[in-house]
Amino acid sequence: MVDLDKAQEIIAEYTSLPGGVLECLHGLQGVFGYVPKETIDLIADGFNISRAEVYGVISYYHDFRTSPAGRKIVRICQAEACQAMGSRELTERVEEILGIQTGKTSENGDVTLEAVYCFGNCAISPNLEIDGKLHARVTGEKAAELLKGENA
Amino acid sequence: MTITIYIPRDTASISLGADDVAKKIAELPEDIKIVRNGTWGMTYLEPLVEVETEKGRVAYGPVTVSDVDGLYKAGFLSGADHPLCQGLTQEIDYLKNQERLTYARCGLIDPLSIEDYKNNGGYAGLKNALEKSSQEIVDDVTTSGLRGRGGAAFPTGIKWNTVLAAEADQKYICCNADEGDSGTFSDRILMECDPFCLIEGMTIAGLAVNATMGYIYLRSEYPLAKEILNDAIRIAGQNGYLGSDIQGSGKEFNIEVRIGAGSYVCGEETAMLESLEGKRGMVRAKPPLPAHVGLFGKPTVINNVLTLGSVPVIMEKGADYYKDFGIGKSRGTIAFQLAGNVKCGGLIEKAFGITLGDMINEFGSGTFTGKNIKAVQVGGPLGAYIPPEQFDMPLDYEAFQEAHAVLGHGGIVVFDETANMKDQAKFAFDFCAIESCGKCTPCRIGSTRGSELIERGDFKLMMELCDLMDTSSLCAMGGMTPIPAKSAFEHWPEDFKK
Repeated sequence: MVDLDKAQEIIAEYTSLPGGVLECLHGLQGVFGYVPKETIDLIADGFNISRAEVYGVISYYHDFRTSPAGRKIVRICQAEACQAMGSRELTERVEEILGIQTGKTSENGDVTLEAVYCFGNCAISPNLEIDGKLHARVTGEKAAELLKGENA
Repeated sequence: MTITIYIPRDTASISLGADDVAKKIAELPEDIKIVRNGTWGMTYLEPLVEVETEKGRVAYGPVTVSDVDGLYKAGFLSGADHPLCQGLTQEIDYLKNQERLTYARCGLIDPLSIEDYKNNGGYAGLKNALEKSSQEIVDDVTTSGLRGRGGAAFPTGIKWNTVLAAEADQKYICCNADEGDSGTFSDRILMECDPFCLIEGMTIAGLAVNATMGYIYLRSEYPLAKEILNDAIRIAGQNGYLGSDIQGSGKEFNIEVRIGAGSYVCGEETAMLESLEGKRGMVRAKPPLPAHVGLFGKPTVINNVLTLGSVPVIMEKGADYYKDFGIGKSRGTIAFQLAGNVKCGGLIEKAFGITLGDMINEFGSGTFTGKNIKAVQVGGPLGAYIPPEQFDMPLDYEAFQEAHAVLGHGGIVVFDETANMKDQAKFAFDFCAIESCGKCTPCRIGSTRGSELIERGDFKLMMELCDLMDTSSLCAMGGMTPIPAKSAFEHWPEDFKK
């Protein structure tokens, strides 16, 4: 059950902020780990916009999700500078280690693997991020070391 | 005596273990003061540890935790020689051969020390600006020849003049910090390593057009920049550099950081405005220009981080000083970023006019893998792939335009001979399909069709599709996606036959 009182409290922090919908969604996702569908009505009421508009914003941006992610979130940069240093092969290796495809969460809910387009760390590519901590110049071997014990 | 040691705290350095190195050095049995400075931009040497000596700051890099004991035994605390020793920081060729105006303080100072900032030229530009009229500030920026460093290269003074002339009860300064191009990180470095420079630039912009509110639209992929900017904004306010009475002038300016949510197209200025207003980041048709009808319908200056970050030095040292750097209509300096498969990647601030080849070979020292270079992509995912035969091209806006290439945000991504250019062309379409805002059909549908045509091997139709996307897309996302795809096909047709 989503704590709707808590959600209401968070939403209220942002409703007076001009154009504050994105900040509000970040706020909710920061607390719940995702934007619960049950909060869409509350957001719509708070900002005086339609439910469709709220859903439109959530679904437009890659960052927002409406269901929980894995307990660990792994992200790999898929953009050109990382490609030039072997990110395609690295991604295959990480998918193999975790036993899931990019964009998926493992069945036991341990880990989510996501694509990112640029961490701005392009001089020391390829880049892989685990729970917000960025690692540069990642080889398949280094990835295996970093993700040890993560395979489902 | 206390020994001062500098260890950078920027995303790149931390991703290579700078925090652990700092911790390890702090445990040494000596009287050590560690300053977490910004990076000098010599990313290939990070973490770059500097020791303050009588001769100056001596650099060691790249330092890992396992190097610290050896460095200590060799006497690095007194600047002694060691295989990792790079000599005096200021004498390292990579840094010495640059022309640093906007990045003059990056690496040198503690990014959150406003005293360091002021002791090194900071807020001298604002002081001068406070003595001038709005029109005089705008005229200075016009005279300096500064053009938008975000990619479109529009003259900044003309944009500011339009906003200054607009009548409104409220105007805004929006800093576009959604640096999404792969191969670019110059905005991140400035925000993390000299945040007051951006804050000062925005404040001067506010005085120039009579705007009292500024927003920094920062990409969510830069969490450390968010933290540092918010700290810097708070410190600037506490010191009377932001707020309702800037340095006793009676002038008001405030800044707020807003975070994007992982959408590349929100780097396009009108999509950014939509996003700042809390909506889907869809591109607006122009006109009206944001200078007339911008954020919340009010006249708005939109500049990127480096454009605004270049303003303090222009106001400090004068428009002519700045204008004297560069060639033709590309005045001043630009921050190039060497990335991808390059041996010495990093940030290089240089006056316009250096050739692409000199940049890659002299600063970059060739590829990281040691193999031959096949292609470089300049200007991000919408920029052309350029073969080594064209490396004598000078890096300036006009020369690139003539060659149907894009200088964009100054990112240079190097690929070695193992790259497959058909894959790169296909990626250009795939990326456009993922990131298209969906408002116009050529971009929304064309991108998917382009990817399919490459898979199918119908390159004649692909080129026709490119022409259509080029001429009928609403913004640069769809309009420029053909550039990487076409350049890959034109220069490396053999890759498309496989």
